[in-house]
Amino acid sequence: MKKLLGLATATAMLLGTTAPSFAADTLALVVSTLNNPFFVTLKEGAEEKAGELGYELLVLDSQNDPAKELAAVEDVLNKDVKLLMINPTDSDAVRSAIRAANRKDVPVVTLDRGASGGDVISHVASDNIQGGMAAADLIAATLGGSGKVVELQGVPGTSAARDRGDGFNSKIAESAGIEVVASQAADFDRTKGLNVMENILQAQPEIDAVFAHNDEMALGAIKAIEAAKRDIVVVGFDGTDDAVAAVKDGSMLATVAQQAAMIGALGVEAADMILKGETVPEYTPVPLQLIQK
Amino acid sequence: MNAKGFIRENIPLFGLILLMAAVSLYSPNFLTVDNLLNILRQTSINAIIAMGMTFVILTAGIDLSVGSILAFAGAVCASMIAVDTPLIVALLTTIAIGAALGMASGTIVAFFGVQAFIATLVAMTMVRGLVLVYTDGRPISTGDFDVANSFYEIGGGYVAEIPVPVIIAALAFLICWYVLNHTQFGRYVYAIGGNEQVARLAGVNVARVKLIVYATSGALSALAGIILTARLESAQPTAGMAYELDAIAAVVLGGTSLAGGRGRITGTLIGALIIGVLNNALNIMDVSSYYQQIAKGAVILLAVVADGRSKASSR
Repeated sequence: MKKLLGLATATAMLLGTTAPSFAADTLALVVSTLNNPFFVTLKEGAEEKAGELGYELLVLDSQNDPAKELAAVEDVLNKDVKLLMINPTDSDAVRSAIRAANRKDVPVVTLDRGASGGDVISHVASDNIQGGMAAADLIAATLGGSGKVVELQGVPGTSAARDRGDGFNSKIAESAGIEVVASQAADFDRTKGLNVMENILQAQPEIDAVFAHNDEMALGAIKAIEAAKRDIVVVGFDGTDDAVAAVKDGSMLATVAQQAAMIGALGVEAADMILKGETVPEYTPVPLQLIQK
Repeated sequence: MNAKGFIRENIPLFGLILLMAAVSLYSPNFLTVDNLLNILRQTSINAIIAMGMTFVILTAGIDLSVGSILAFAGAVCASMIAVDTPLIVALLTTIAIGAALGMASGTIVAFFGVQAFIATLVAMTMVRGLVLVYTDGRPISTGDFDVANSFYEIGGGYVAEIPVPVIIAALAFLICWYVLNHTQFGRYVYAIGGNEQVARLAGVNVARVKLIVYATSGALSALAGIILTARLESAQPTAGMAYELDAIAAVVLGGTSLAGGRGRITGTLIGALIIGVLNNALNIMDVSSYYQQIAKGAVILLAVVADGRSKASSR
């Protein structure tokens, strides 16, 4: 009998400890890729905020594949999730995943990248156009209004590459003395940033500044510039750890930091407000931060 | 050999010369010593991978795992350099890991009779997963010890004005060329690709040869990973994605048959150079990125069709 009682208390205690976390509402976060430090930081920001607000957070990785993304969303919809936060692999391809959530009446919040269809309650992202403009302003000011600039573009056709490029070029066009001598894609990749920059260095005897659509390409370009012993300032985008270190040691002029952790955190905050029945803005712009020495 | 036969045999080489002539007419910055060394350095990584791929394709196989092995080897090597491992230890360990990973897919192909495409697809996926687990999805820097500076020389250094990666690629090429053309093992590789059944009946240990071939491909991918990591002084978790396609393209551009048994490693070197020159030329001429992929595809198509036609007419 005593044994039985002990067992019962033990079970009660076990239940007692697991019960609250069971009762906590579960949010799902489907991330485009965890193969990129930026999205890892975004995920960590979301995890921290979810912990703070007492939510369970279920994280899935789409591995940059829209088909895997749809499967991941379908999987989480079959579990008891209260809200879906999604960082789409592609604005168009994500629509069917969002519609699947809509059908199950699970509210959807998009992070970082928007969706071109489906019912999305709120979109949390940094303003890439404004970021491109900030980079152009900084380069124009650093060069004193005249000089030759190279633009290293992201994957052609992605919204980030488009917006950062548009913002940058619209502002740079305002400084009559500054000429963009080459605009080439290096696909957001460090190795390609190195190779493409090496090739551009061969073609252009005079370059004063480089604007790269992300830090990975900027860091690759810096390696090429260092090896060629040329004096060129580089501005990156994203504010990854490596880039911030490069800014500190002086090899990079600046990085336009998207605050990845804040995107994740604000996403969870928006989710919290939605679940509490409060109204949330359709678009929450996350401030960009110019990190300089 | 008559002139016609000579041209027919060397279509890839003439393609490369034609391409270079065309680009140099367009841009004065192309045909400079600096830029040519630059192209050779950029090409060396793909060339090294493509040499291993040539062995595999000659046995009528394929190796899709090269990019993942490159990334894993790079990550392991960077983390060893970062904790001040003696250079030679780090390099040999890394190449051994590459060989072991290659041998793993070789084992699946040779002993379990799984098609090379599937076996190496599995390896590609799993090893990429290993990379992500190992790096936690972040780049690994080679650190600040003195050994990191010597390590950088492998990717960024020069010996008598020649970039070190070019020298490494040249050595690798000489060894591969010798093995394929002047050893019994080389003859076995061709024999297996030509007709595996016949080779087996003739007493060739097919499984053993295949195992060595895939291990070679893995080891060369690891070597490429070392060079890439050294050049960037850090290992990227995304390194080497889609490199298998560039390597296969180099092999095919070089005139090696995907059906196995027929082809030359000199062709592969030229194929890799065609791809390298093309990438460089498109950047130098500042071709819009939207058109670049069309141009690349068109040149590869042209080269392969020309080669195919010349072979068909020689039959």
